[in-house]
Amino acid sequence: MNRALAGWVFIAPSLAVIGLFFVLPVAAGLALSFSDFDLYALADLRNLRFAGLDNYRQVLALPLFWKALGNTLYFVVAGVPLSIGLSLACALLLQSPLARFKPFFRTALFAPVVTTVVAVAVIWRYLFHVRYGLLNAWGASLGLAPVDWLGDPAWAMPAIILFSVWKGFGANMIIFVAALQAIPLELYEAARIDGAGRWRQFVDITLPMLGPTLLLVGVLTMTGYFQLFAEPYVMTQGGPLESTVSVLYLMYEEGFRWWNLGRASAVAFLLFVLMVAVTRGLMHLARRTEEPK
Amino acid sequence: MTMPRRRAFIAGAAGVAGATLGLGGCRRGDADAPLRFWAMGREGEVLETLLAPLLREQPRLRVRVEKLPWSAAHEKLLTAFAGDATPDMAQLGNTWIAELAALGALLPLDAGAAGLDAADHFAGIWRSNEVDGRLLGVPWYIDTRLMFYRHDLFRRAGVPSMPGDWPGLVRALDALQRSGVAHPLLLPLNEAEPLLALALQQDDPLLRDGGRYGDFRSAGFQRTLAFYIERFARGHAPFLTNNQISNLWQEFGRGSFAAFISGPWNIGELDRRLPTELQGLWSTAPLPGPVPGGRFGASTAGGSSLVVFKRSHRQQQALQVLAFLGRPQTQLHFHALTGNLPPRRSTWALAPLAGERRAAAFLQQLELAKPTPAVPEWERILQEMQLQAARAHRYGTPVADAAAALDERVDGFLAKRRWMLARGALRARAA
Repeated sequence: MNRALAGWVFIAPSLAVIGLFFVLPVAAGLALSFSDFDLYALADLRNLRFAGLDNYRQVLALPLFWKALGNTLYFVVAGVPLSIGLSLACALLLQSPLARFKPFFRTALFAPVVTTVVAVAVIWRYLFHVRYGLLNAWGASLGLAPVDWLGDPAWAMPAIILFSVWKGFGANMIIFVAALQAIPLELYEAARIDGAGRWRQFVDITLPMLGPTLLLVGVLTMTGYFQLFAEPYVMTQGGPLESTVSVLYLMYEEGFRWWNLGRASAVAFLLFVLMVAVTRGLMHLARRTEEPK
Repeated sequence: MTMPRRRAFIAGAAGVAGATLGLGGCRRGDADAPLRFWAMGREGEVLETLLAPLLREQPRLRVRVEKLPWSAAHEKLLTAFAGDATPDMAQLGNTWIAELAALGALLPLDAGAAGLDAADHFAGIWRSNEVDGRLLGVPWYIDTRLMFYRHDLFRRAGVPSMPGDWPGLVRALDALQRSGVAHPLLLPLNEAEPLLALALQQDDPLLRDGGRYGDFRSAGFQRTLAFYIERFARGHAPFLTNNQISNLWQEFGRGSFAAFISGPWNIGELDRRLPTELQGLWSTAPLPGPVPGGRFGASTAGGSSLVVFKRSHRQQQALQVLAFLGRPQTQLHFHALTGNLPPRRSTWALAPLAGERRAAAFLQQLELAKPTPAVPEWERILQEMQLQAARAHRYGTPVADAAAALDERVDGFLAKRRWMLARGALRARAA
């Protein structure tokens, strides 16, 4: 009894902090999503109405929400594999016995991660520029027609993906480098003796040994990518023609630009449900592929 | 944590808490605390210089200017209200007045008070400061949109000056195209003001029933929308957003386009940025109007106003500052410092402003300026209007369908306002 009490006393500070700064705001947000809290309610609480599920219904009926969801899924489906693939490829190159100046390259490839989105976005806007941009200059030297990266609704999202992948792959690369170093060299040696080529070694040793790391990196990257916000906020403001509005950007506009905090909270919870579902799906998939072995 | 260090930590925390309380106390009670004045952008930078004569006149008056960036100002004002931390007075974009009025944050001003001479102001701008018949702000500087154009290119195409009506403008744009300017009129697709200005030229109001519903299906707005979209369809205007034009002034100097619709700040920008050989080649002119044979049309009534907050404990001092900034001599000084155009006719009559050729077109346009509906939802409605117009062009939506879709969205934005009006929590005025 006394011991239990002592236990509670010890964790009380942490519990209080978590309760105050996590549970309470989340609960308040959930409550807010069932109300029509807006500018008028801010002026006078008597203007607040209980909205039930109206916010959710309205958000689900909003074409822009589905468009934002589509944009976000596009970003996740194209961006996550690209990001993970690139980090894995770079990690493998860095681990290769042929690589020279490893610490230099490791730092150089990791550098974008520690830069500020806003500052780098300004530079990338120049790179993406139709007439004076480096990307189009390279394209022109290959004989390609200039692409209006940030002005064409069809190209704006690919441009954002390119930028985000460049900005973020370094973090995963470092995790992969660590995981690769943990794979015992004996395994490769044994495989070589059995006559396995480089590709077989990669598929049958490297990938399975990286399994848990891949899952971790996959889940982390995906949850990060679902929360796309800063890149379109800085580079395109959701445009052109709403082609880079993400779910989070929609929430920001509803909440802090138009002060429909009720509806913004509903958007936030819908995104939360979606992310939980997708993460669960991914875990399930990972468990199923592990079990037969 | 060792003992002395922990004590230092606690002392530090107490100090921070004390300082916070002290600040709070300062803001509320202390009568000697300076007047807090929020101002944005360039105006914030020159305000101290501008106020210096007043502070010499009144040594007991102290003003603390707090500068905000324009991009964050709107959010800061709303959060300041939510957090009970509004300043004593502020500069406010006049389209935001309705929003802060809905919050009940602004002090109603006495239109007859000293220094506030309504008849000396431009009617359209003055009305943009009124919500439900009450005056909540005083115009500080004004902003309307009109044509900047290269008269050398117009003349080369055989057009002596900016036409006064839409059919004339269309003929001029055709002639410019023939003379080699592929897209003579710049209408950036993500900028709502040009379309808004053209829409205000019609007699139909943009909202109906006291701001309860959108009225974009009116014949007038549909005419404007059709005219706007046709400019892109016929290549008179390039299909571009602001982000895609790297340097407006340079492209204007190069003759990539011959005319664009913009505000007073571009007089200064073009003066500064165009090379001397181009300086004599550009002019300003009021916007052409929709009535064939008519003489120029209306435009927007924008700009910034000065407001006093209801929660301020220094309202008397704030009103003094307000009156000082409204003096014609102060406004002339302000114009010299920033290039902003003054809101009073008596200031315009003073030298050197009276002699400025390019500002004269603004004076003419200001007499025709019309305010936008004073509803808090206006910013959002404006953005939706521009979006639907850009979309109608891109996807070839018929004008009537685009207008109907816009009305439907706008009615949704105004739903809460209708409920508020129905239960008497708001007073409606023909918006």
